[in-house]
Amino acid sequence: MSIAEKFVSMEYGPAPEDPKEAQAWLERHSRKFNHFIGGQWLAPAAGEYFDTIDPSNGEKLASVAQGSAADIDAAVRAARAGSPKWRALTPHVRARYLYNLARLVQKHSRLLAVLETMDNGKPIRESRDIDIPLVARHFYYHAGWAQLLGQEFPDYEPYGVVGQIIPWNFPLLMLAWKIAPALATGNTVVLKPAEFTPLTALAFAGLCQEAGIPAGVVNIVTGDGSTGESLVKNSEIDKIAFTGSTEVGRAIRGATAASHKRLSLELGGKSPFIVFDDADLDGAVEGLVDGIWFNQGQVCCAGSRLLMQESIAEVLISKIRDRMNTLRLGPPLDKAIDVGAIVARVQLERIQRMVAQGVADGATCWQPQITLPSRGFYFPPTILSNVHPTSIVAQQEIFGPVLAAMTFRTPREAVELANNTVYGLASCVWSESINVALHVAAQLKAGVVWVNCTNLFDAACGFGGYRESGYGREGGREGLLEYMEPKWFKHAPKLAAARPTVPPSQDPADSGTPSIDRTVKLYIGGKQARPDSGYSMEVRSPDGALLGEASLGNRKDIRNAVEAARKAESWPKATAHNRAQVLYYCAENLAVRQNEIASRLASAVGEQQAKREVASGIERIFSYAAWADKFDGAVHNPPFRNIAIAMNEPVGTVGVICPSETPLLGFLSLVLPLIAVGNTVIAVPSEKFPLIASDLYQLFDTSDLPGGAVNIVTGYVSQLLKPLAEHDDVDAIWCYGDEATVASAKAMSTGNLKQVWTNEGRTIDWFDSKVAEGRWFLEHATQVKNIWVPYGE
Amino acid sequence: MVSDHDSSKLAQRADAKIATRDRGASAACAWLQGRPLLPNSGIPLDLNWVREVRVNTSAVERRTQSQVARRTVKKDWQAAWLLRAISCMDLTTLSGDDTEERVRRLCAKARQPIQHELVEKLGIEQLGIKVAAVCVYHTFVETALNALEGSGVHVAAVSTGFPAGLSPLAERVSEIGRSVEAGAHEIDVVITRAYVFGGQWQALYDEIAAFKQACGGAHMKVILGTGDLLTLRNIARASFVAMMAGADFIKTSTGKEATNATLPVSLVMVRAIREYAQQTGMAVGFKPAGGIRTAKQSIDWLAMMKEELGDSWLRAEMFRFGASGLLGDIERQLEHHATGRYSAEYRHPIA
Repeated sequence: MSIAEKFVSMEYGPAPEDPKEAQAWLERHSRKFNHFIGGQWLAPAAGEYFDTIDPSNGEKLASVAQGSAADIDAAVRAARAGSPKWRALTPHVRARYLYNLARLVQKHSRLLAVLETMDNGKPIRESRDIDIPLVARHFYYHAGWAQLLGQEFPDYEPYGVVGQIIPWNFPLLMLAWKIAPALATGNTVVLKPAEFTPLTALAFAGLCQEAGIPAGVVNIVTGDGSTGESLVKNSEIDKIAFTGSTEVGRAIRGATAASHKRLSLELGGKSPFIVFDDADLDGAVEGLVDGIWFNQGQVCCAGSRLLMQESIAEVLISKIRDRMNTLRLGPPLDKAIDVGAIVARVQLERIQRMVAQGVADGATCWQPQITLPSRGFYFPPTILSNVHPTSIVAQQEIFGPVLAAMTFRTPREAVELANNTVYGLASCVWSESINVALHVAAQLKAGVVWVNCTNLFDAACGFGGYRESGYGREGGREGLLEYMEPKWFKHAPKLAAARPTVPPSQDPADSGTPSIDRTVKLYIGGKQARPDSGYSMEVRSPDGALLGEASLGNRKDIRNAVEAARKAESWPKATAHNRAQVLYYCAENLAVRQNEIASRLASAVGEQQAKREVASGIERIFSYAAWADKFDGAVHNPPFRNIAIAMNEPVGTVGVICPSETPLLGFLSLVLPLIAVGNTVIAVPSEKFPLIASDLYQLFDTSDLPGGAVNIVTGYVSQLLKPLAEHDDVDAIWCYGDEATVASAKAMSTGNLKQVWTNEGRTIDWFDSKVAEGRWFLEHATQVKNIWVPYGE
Repeated sequence: MVSDHDSSKLAQRADAKIATRDRGASAACAWLQGRPLLPNSGIPLDLNWVREVRVNTSAVERRTQSQVARRTVKKDWQAAWLLRAISCMDLTTLSGDDTEERVRRLCAKARQPIQHELVEKLGIEQLGIKVAAVCVYHTFVETALNALEGSGVHVAAVSTGFPAGLSPLAERVSEIGRSVEAGAHEIDVVITRAYVFGGQWQALYDEIAAFKQACGGAHMKVILGTGDLLTLRNIARASFVAMMAGADFIKTSTGKEATNATLPVSLVMVRAIREYAQQTGMAVGFKPAGGIRTAKQSIDWLAMMKEELGDSWLRAEMFRFGASGLLGDIERQLEHHATGRYSAEYRHPIA
């Protein structure tokens, strides 16, 4: 076709990025890659390799080592061996290494972008303009943290050896999100890239060599799910950081329950994209393009559920269709392609199956007239309208370029629909009214809210989810804390295993006759309640004297307490100042009854400890009353014209298994940080002296704490932990006990992937305010929600 | 290369292709998403529509930033697109030191924007590439008409107290009349920016409607002075009022403001044109003016028109670049395309 004919047709024509350098790089490695372990390329122990292919044409790119348990062991040993030297480096020296990595990423940016596109199928525009620049930014940002670590986190230590498993949708970016904070804080890593997309991780291993990163600090073991499983199960790993599906995240939680491996999970999503009638609709349409048609919709935070205000639904759908008609789908190495290839055949088939299911459920499917390339894995941009919340495509993650559209009538209904999901990763709100936008943003259960924008990321702003979208954050100060723990805690001695606390067999004739004139009940919804069982438990002093009887709570009491906690909406909504006032009032009332409470407590823990517990308890209450209006969020400075507000939000409804050894102070030390920031709590007090419950609820009653904010269920941990940890309406569990109890709490939490925070079976000196109160507790009592608000007129 | 016989009519086909898609819609001047559109005859002022305008500045900026990275044309396609940019160009001279000779030189360049040798190398003789119009002050309309006689290049006159537009209304209207009488094909008018700041939409509408009446059969391009209006919402509102009042084109700027045509401003105006077309079935053209100096920029703008409005807006009937320096850079890029060597400014005849 001549120039003259092209002048008439005015088509775009091809604009291919030249893959020559990437091909040459593959050739230099003879298209065969081994593991990168201890600074060297090591052949897999079992000698097995698998192919990685270019999904845009189905052609093989290279053979990659299939990692076995033996390979993982070797890598973890290398990481362990590299650990002492790496963590002993000064922060400045580690900062230099990270800075050099950032520079190298920039220096090789085009090779990395082309490799990424070839291996993954995403458009070169995205890998070139989004993925790789964000990778460099992440290393720069964390080079900065490495430099400041000693000043900003003087009392923290790295975990040690971290196992990291990353997905195939943003291969190198997810590697950066994992490796940069781990190295900055002094950990060494074993990283397993996704089976479909190992190449850029291997190229990164080359950069580590070029940067002179000491041997063993970064280890890359390639392989499939079984390789990841070996990594998760390896007993020498101190922490697992995983990004991937909720299903696998749940399995990892289960598999690591009995160990002390710390866990951060960044999982799936079904993020709402809410458009109000006063939105810039053309802007919102482009937001969707950046949301659901970015990376072929294979994005955990993709705005896949479109919620439209009824009055603009028709015109919005029409605008979306017009825009879909101009999306260009094709070979991802073409610079003018919007939608590239789906990562693998299995993923393509999953998308096809789910769309068919959506249509069978009654959705209307619309796709632009796009001719799909004859080779490779492609799926056209798709919109499913007339979708109802009950439909599978409205609930489950499709991970493809498929938008499910629904309508709402009022802001309240928008929030209700948006939160009607087991996920809580991200969300978008489009409205020209800042009142509407921020009001809705505050109510969304999601780690990120983008107001009038979509899929903006920055290393300074922590990213991570609520609910089954996982826990932990990547990026920001909060992301750094995922790779460190307080020094004192790391070296705290283990608690002795508790003596067996099997409840004595209950003979109705044995109970119900209190030997002292005092009945300790449960405290549920602000009222004293009789236990469902109708039984009580004997409470005896260390020398065996009967001190009294406490209610014997069971699973139904837990159920009632959780319901009451969930209904106590006024507490999370109360102002921080009001919460502080209530807490100060608690301290005041405890002080008034100081001697009386101490004398009762003395029968269980001795006079001296009892006095100290009460005195320290008053001080602890004061501390958290002070904290209530001071645990502020932050305003980040991402490189956009924008304010990114990081809000510390309460986790929600939290179950607390209180430590046994200090019945009063232990209870206060865990429950107070939670309620100070607006959580509601179901607490199981010390099994050793549950009678403390009556003093506590009288204290709360007289201090104007709203009913349901704190609920107390006495009984045996062995009976109450299970219904509490398994309860799907409990957002987190704090379990302080011996190793066995802690392990059960983790194992039982997998159902709704609730956050679990424990003492890891270690002792905590509750009398030492340096360790037993403050930010570390508050950080676990909150989760960060980042609200991005671009501005400009 | 196609044969001479085949290609001889390519230029005409380029213009006629869209209009002949549907014989039933032969009066259509443009198509939008398959729908034929009529030339704009204006509608009564709809204040609700004007007030409902929502523009999110950050979202507009992100779209334009991403669009220039999402679309590119290479090799022969790039050459073809640059030729298209020339064919949509209003070659402009609006300086205090303009003289008749200067205008004649500009007209000579307008007739033959690319030197012969290059035309041959590119194999585009049959396209007969020329610019769309020459844009001058009223004083030079006659000079330009004489110089361009028989070329098919239009003469556009800036009018209505250009660039400030602050002379008395009667004088501004009669200025249009004089240029139309002198034979100008197109009139570029400026609005009273104060009406926009004050939300005096009726006054703005009446002013533009009066200009339109004075234009008669001449095409009216309404210059909004976007560098003065500044906010994107004001620019969108002014765009709608201008179209309702009968603008054939809406144009960004005079070239005299501190900021001239930008992609965000253009996107807002182009989206307004789209919405107006969808609501009324009438097509309005777009002219970014000032600040577009590079070949790369001209391709970004063409891509924006193609993406937001479609191929109808890639023709001189619906799209113009107001530029004085752009042609030089395009010529150099075309020479590079033909020879493989980077060119120098002095190698191309100046206007």
